[in-house]
Amino acid sequence: MKRALLKAVLDAKRERRAVAVITTIENGQQRLVAKENFGSDSLGAVLEEAFRFDQSGLHGGEFVHIHNPPLRLVIIGAVHIAQGVIPMARQAGYDITMVDPRGAFATGARFPDITLHTTWPEDVLPALGVDARTALLALTHDPKIDDPALSIALKSECFYIGALGSKKTQASRVERLQKMGFSDAVIGRIHGPIGLPIGAKGAAEIAISIMAEMTRSLRLGN
Amino acid sequence: MASSDVLEQASTWLAEGRKVALATVIETWGSAPQPVGSQLAIDGEGNFAGSVSGGCVEGAVVSEALDAIASGQPKVLAFGVADETAWQVGLACGGKIRVFVEPVGP
Repeated sequence: MKRALLKAVLDAKRERRAVAVITTIENGQQRLVAKENFGSDSLGAVLEEAFRFDQSGLHGGEFVHIHNPPLRLVIIGAVHIAQGVIPMARQAGYDITMVDPRGAFATGARFPDITLHTTWPEDVLPALGVDARTALLALTHDPKIDDPALSIALKSECFYIGALGSKKTQASRVERLQKMGFSDAVIGRIHGPIGLPIGAKGAAEIAISIMAEMTRSLRLGN
Repeated sequence: MASSDVLEQASTWLAEGRKVALATVIETWGSAPQPVGSQLAIDGEGNFAGSVSGGCVEGAVVSEALDAIASGQPKVLAFGVADETAWQVGLACGGKIRVFVEPVGP
């Protein structure tokens, strides 16, 4: 790999642009294809699916290496369950951003080594860019904080939206979102109650159920 | 370590003036421990970052990577349990993998 190509791949990662490096195995020749230009490449037909399913692989004598933007997890609510989710999400390769306007919750002491925004979701999420490689968890139980975040997520292409709360909480959440103009199909993208039903008890096990559900959405679709 | 972090490591090593090679899993069969696209970065002294097999064949990949740095030529390695004549090491899990090894050039 040429140094310039390596730099181009890393630049794309930092700018959250999807690219593929295509290598002719026989001679090591390589080319970079941006996701938006896949159609103009000789492997265009396979590139579209490869990007969508994040699936690198051999096609004839060429190896397609997909470099999608890093996975990102936006957590709304600097709550106890988040403390369980963060180490697992980090292990699974997610960049983690925490949003909670309540300064007493969102402290560096409770959440070291992650990006903390002590502001309202609607003030930070649009600039952050909630994209197809992003998952969002609404964990505060507080409609003033959760609902604006869910509203932004529902208008985005993010691959997973989870909202903490009982079936009753979820039912009233659905009513509020309906009043905001979202259709049932769109609201149906929210996983609530959050997490796979594995009988989780306590923050750590709930975090496991959330990570499992998020992973299923990422790998198998919703 | 995510694939992009392996590339960051390669980039850091290059900036420090080290020679670098990359190894990439290009094909798997059976119960291979690391998916296609997994990468290992290797510097000229045999330090490595990342993973192509979860530890089973990294030693052999590193030594091939040092050859690739010396020769400037890429090559494809194949590892599998049944392939005892070709390689001293194999995948205990029973899978098979092919790994593309390349120097990072100017």
